[in-house]
Amino acid sequence: MNLVIRKREESLGWGVLVVYLGALALAFCVCALLLKMSGKPGFGGLAILFRGAFGQTYALLDGLVKAIPIFLCALGVALSFRMQVWNIGAEGQFALGAVGATWAALTFPGLPGVALMPLMLLCAMLAGAAWGAIPAALRLRLGVSEVISSLMLNYIGILLLEYLVFGVWKDPASFGFPMTAEFASGGQIARILPGVLGKLHWGLLACPVAGVAYWVLLSRTRLGFEIAAAGEGERVARYAQLPYGFLVFFVMGLGGALSGLAGSIETSATLGRLQPTIMVGYGYTAIVVAWLARLRPWAIAFTAYLLAAFRVGGEVMQLELQVPAAFGPIMEGAILLCVLAGQFFLTYSVSLRPSPKAARPAPPANDANDAAKGARS
Amino acid sequence: MKNWLRIAGALALTLGLALAGCEKAPEKAAPAVDGPKAGELKVGFVYTSPVGEAGYSWAHDQGRKAIEKMGGVKTSYVEAVKEGADAERVIENMARGGFDLVFTTSFGFMDPTMKVAKDFPKVKFMHCSGFKSSENVSNYFGRIYQARYLTGMTAGLMTKSNTIGYVAAFPIPEVIRGINAFTLGVRSVNPKAQVRVVWTKTWFDPALEKDAAISLLDVGSDVIAQHQDSPGPQEAAQERGKYSIGYNSDMAAFAPKAHLTAAVWNWAPIYEAIVKEVREGTWTGNRAIWWGMDKGVVDIAPFGPMVPKAVQDKVNAQKELFKKGEDKVFVGPIKDQAGQVKIAAGVKAEDKELLGMTWFVEGVVGSVQ
Repeated sequence: MNLVIRKREESLGWGVLVVYLGALALAFCVCALLLKMSGKPGFGGLAILFRGAFGQTYALLDGLVKAIPIFLCALGVALSFRMQVWNIGAEGQFALGAVGATWAALTFPGLPGVALMPLMLLCAMLAGAAWGAIPAALRLRLGVSEVISSLMLNYIGILLLEYLVFGVWKDPASFGFPMTAEFASGGQIARILPGVLGKLHWGLLACPVAGVAYWVLLSRTRLGFEIAAAGEGERVARYAQLPYGFLVFFVMGLGGALSGLAGSIETSATLGRLQPTIMVGYGYTAIVVAWLARLRPWAIAFTAYLLAAFRVGGEVMQLELQVPAAFGPIMEGAILLCVLAGQFFLTYSVSLRPSPKAARPAPPANDANDAAKGARS
Repeated sequence: MKNWLRIAGALALTLGLALAGCEKAPEKAAPAVDGPKAGELKVGFVYTSPVGEAGYSWAHDQGRKAIEKMGGVKTSYVEAVKEGADAERVIENMARGGFDLVFTTSFGFMDPTMKVAKDFPKVKFMHCSGFKSSENVSNYFGRIYQARYLTGMTAGLMTKSNTIGYVAAFPIPEVIRGINAFTLGVRSVNPKAQVRVVWTKTWFDPALEKDAAISLLDVGSDVIAQHQDSPGPQEAAQERGKYSIGYNSDMAAFAPKAHLTAAVWNWAPIYEAIVKEVREGTWTGNRAIWWGMDKGVVDIAPFGPMVPKAVQDKVNAQKELFKKGEDKVFVGPIKDQAGQVKIAAGVKAEDKELLGMTWFVEGVVGSVQ
């Protein structure tokens, strides 16, 4: 009797849901165990986390606000991952978006909101797209791996942001603290209904627009088909006479634009000014989200919200149980690890049998018999 | 073969049951966690760095533990809160969670504190080191520059190369004031010595702080001082066989051979007094509490064994003056880096000037950018 691992030929259907739930369950059990080991209530602690994340209207809204930049960045990286182009640079593109929007806000403070806001978003998307296009150009012209170059550009992007905020853009009234002056009211994204919907702001609108556009692009257009086809590999794409170079530029540029948009919304809506502290790693969280969601827009929205909500709930857990701040990232890591491990079961089937047989779809009843045979031998 | 599916199913079921089980728990536990007992004061703290074992947030946390001992006071904290969008939510969560008094312990929490305070007029806020206040927001801080002055004297007497390194976080008045007081202390005993400043632009980043200290050691510094939250610079000094001056808390444990002394915080007196005010109903907004060594809020750590008795005596004599309330740190004539007199002879700088200080005194090598 030996362990046989085979690639699945058929998708699991509803089994997918079971695998995901099982993986999440495992991750939560691990977290509860960790809490227990540090002398805190295990599942009780998780209950506080869930209450903090989902228990109140304002908690749900806070999670939603935090999910906006994560969702947009995740959509951006997912687009390039579709084509097997590995854009790790959402963080830097996010920074450039913030820089682009701030430039517009500080240069044209007198413009009315209807003109200034679109200008800020446009500048942010252009800056993000340009930052995304650099690794694309390096790859196509010089064969530099975009994994390395886009990652390195993150640090350069963040340093550029800091250079500006610590230098020419520093608010003279900030007493040396690194922040720009507050944007004119036309440059700040307003809250939708401050009394009722808390901190939820109009930037939320960008999410359904971007999400639907992403879905239409990939599943309803020729360009989307070409991106998917080019994802089979560069040689295949070139053999099929697809404009491979253009496609690389397209996915990197559009991805950068989306991350840039996220950066501008975060800057304009939550702070109303640029501060280096807006860089809290959404661009990296986005990569996790894109993978967990297997690049599907609906799943990206759901996962982005889930991770954002856990961060919000994590703060409440910290407040009530005084667990270390590091517990939040540990939990995120546990979920990612368990779900990725679970995805293994989606692509491969594992069974115990005396000798490997050809894979074939079989009704569950036969499976049970086979299992029984396997166990006997 | 899909037997793993059954395993996953069983796991999911276990989770479901477990979650369902604990879903009920908070209903019972909630009153104990949330609802303050009659007369119990709920006090929250927001820290910008992890509490850890030493440093700025650790020092504040010692103060938190002190008021917890007062009886009838329940405290909690959230650590490692970034001074940006997250801060507002964390502070707001405290206000919603029934906290009566919230201490926001870092300069960057100023605007978020003001925003939340506006929406929760019944909650009292104390913001550390800032300058904005309102009906329900007051400021508090300690005259750590007095302790800086003393550590500066120690460094000035111990240096042989007459070059002292200073690893500093952000070029904001609080940090600049500390560097100036330190330098004035150094030059009061050793007019030839210089203080070289390197900015890290972070409060807490052990590796970066250590690298900054190494760069200062490389240019000939033989004493390293710091305005940082981690003991990284202390370790760098010890590895090179040089001396160091700690900050926030006694850092001798991290670099016993290098650590001369440290400028330390003792927040307990200030926190106890504020809690007492709130309980007695005498607390008011729109105030700035700025206490010094005479009230025991700031101090220096015990001297390391390498500090000669003569040096200790000299520093301790000055310390006694501070304890008596005699504060002559920023009394003129004080010149800036260009040699221009900024504080005239015999004039004592007002608190307002100190709180907005954006220039270096003579003897500092570095820029306020």
